[in-house]
Amino acid sequence: MKKLLVLGAGTAGTMVVNRLCHQLNGAEWQATIVDQSETHYYQPGFLFIPFGMYSKEDVIKPRRDFIPPNVELIMSRIEAIDPEHKQVKLANGHLLNYDILVIATGTDIRPEQTPGLKEHEWRQSIHEFYSLDGAVALAKHLRSWKGGRLVFNVVDNPIKCPVAPLEFLMLADWYFTEQGIRDRVDITYATPLPGAFTKPIAAKYLGDILDRKGIKVEPEFLLEHVDPDAKKLVSYDERVVEYDLLVTVPLNMGADAIAASGLGDELNYVPVDKGTFLSTKYADIFALGDAANLPTSKAGAVAHYAVESFAENLCRYVDGLEMTSSFDGHANCFIESGFGKGLLIDFNYDVEPLPGHFPLPGVGPFSLLQETEINHWGKVMFRWMYWNILLKGLELPMPARMSMAGKWHK
Amino acid sequence: MATRTIAGKTVQVNEEGFMTDPSEWTKEIAVELAKEEGLPALTDAHWKVIEFCRKEGTATGKAPTLRQITTGAAVSTKDMFALFPKGPAKKVARISGLGKPEGCV
Repeated sequence: MKKLLVLGAGTAGTMVVNRLCHQLNGAEWQATIVDQSETHYYQPGFLFIPFGMYSKEDVIKPRRDFIPPNVELIMSRIEAIDPEHKQVKLANGHLLNYDILVIATGTDIRPEQTPGLKEHEWRQSIHEFYSLDGAVALAKHLRSWKGGRLVFNVVDNPIKCPVAPLEFLMLADWYFTEQGIRDRVDITYATPLPGAFTKPIAAKYLGDILDRKGIKVEPEFLLEHVDPDAKKLVSYDERVVEYDLLVTVPLNMGADAIAASGLGDELNYVPVDKGTFLSTKYADIFALGDAANLPTSKAGAVAHYAVESFAENLCRYVDGLEMTSSFDGHANCFIESGFGKGLLIDFNYDVEPLPGHFPLPGVGPFSLLQETEINHWGKVMFRWMYWNILLKGLELPMPARMSMAGKWHK
Repeated sequence: MATRTIAGKTVQVNEEGFMTDPSEWTKEIAVELAKEEGLPALTDAHWKVIEFCRKEGTATGKAPTLRQITTGAAVSTKDMFALFPKGPAKKVARISGLGKPEGCV
């Protein structure tokens, strides 16, 4: 029996085993998936926790509920991968052999990489919402915060879900308005990017929205250190931004096991072919989701479309056939903008987010790069879709490859 | 695509003044582009970074990010800001005849 080993039972890993258990021949292949913890997090929901819109219970479920019965699930930390001997060493001492390895170990925040961040003011005047504990702690802090200078900082890119900072800022504007203290809160976004977003057209649309909401942007701000006592951020070019409350997206990095195995780049992401996810070094290793160094967003939506294309390819690959499906980098995401409205963006490796309608050209019902109530409801529905459709590897009523129909380019 | 003459050589550039064909680059062009970026003279420390970026850029087809430069060329981020003030990755990419370092969506 041949062995398919998947490392990481997060969004990408869970979708992979669900897809492949239908597609790979069960008489020939045994699939195993490894993760270090029992809980699956609905990570897009972390954003809503600080503002009291979701609670902890809304974003957690047992991982086991989403792993098919014919797939073996092992709970252990991963120590290292030995590609030469096709083995993975677990922290519990076990060695696992594989014929095909899929790395889906994701990415996580590393606040300890920036001086001053994770010290005595951590979770006092310095917060984050990229972990469940962090989001819950920030929610508690905001419930009694009297106002002042709120600074939101992204330490460096790439980060998981590049639109989350914008959503946080827009929701903060709404939240403080609802609390009746918006006039006492000064909101600044200090970002290493030249503007509100990475790509020019979306950056213009989103930058205008931030402007209308009275949110200041401090562009090209690359954080060197935080002074937690003086409550200020200092950039490499010696600019200073003072805060009363700092919400940070710390440096994101891939798993330590990737670095320990010599499989990662400078941020522990695995270099892969961007169309097939096959490792550039080993013919039996693939990397999917945030763990890969793909030139696109680190986001569940990317992983979803990627897994569709990957499953098709892998079934051909194990039979010695050429991989014919090439991933185009397609993804889309809802952007919550506060006051019951939201935006939607749809893009791929080559086409930046453009205005238009989605998924039906000219009709919608969703509008791209425009604030609408329907987009907000799309975001609200998404949590149900995540648990019930996406994780289980079921089809969405949309093609994996991006379509230009319904988009316009002024 | 626009062209312009730098250090006596006609090269292709985009609307932001970045060269679009890295093979047209010469060291003389780097010296001229550096002046336009506010660097009157290039020291050995500058050249070490430029040479690393040229190597990376020709191998991968893309200008390296700041983190790739600091890791690969063994230079600190602080030094990068001292050598190429205000947006070091972008500045060194332009001087090295590479495209603008691109962020992902």
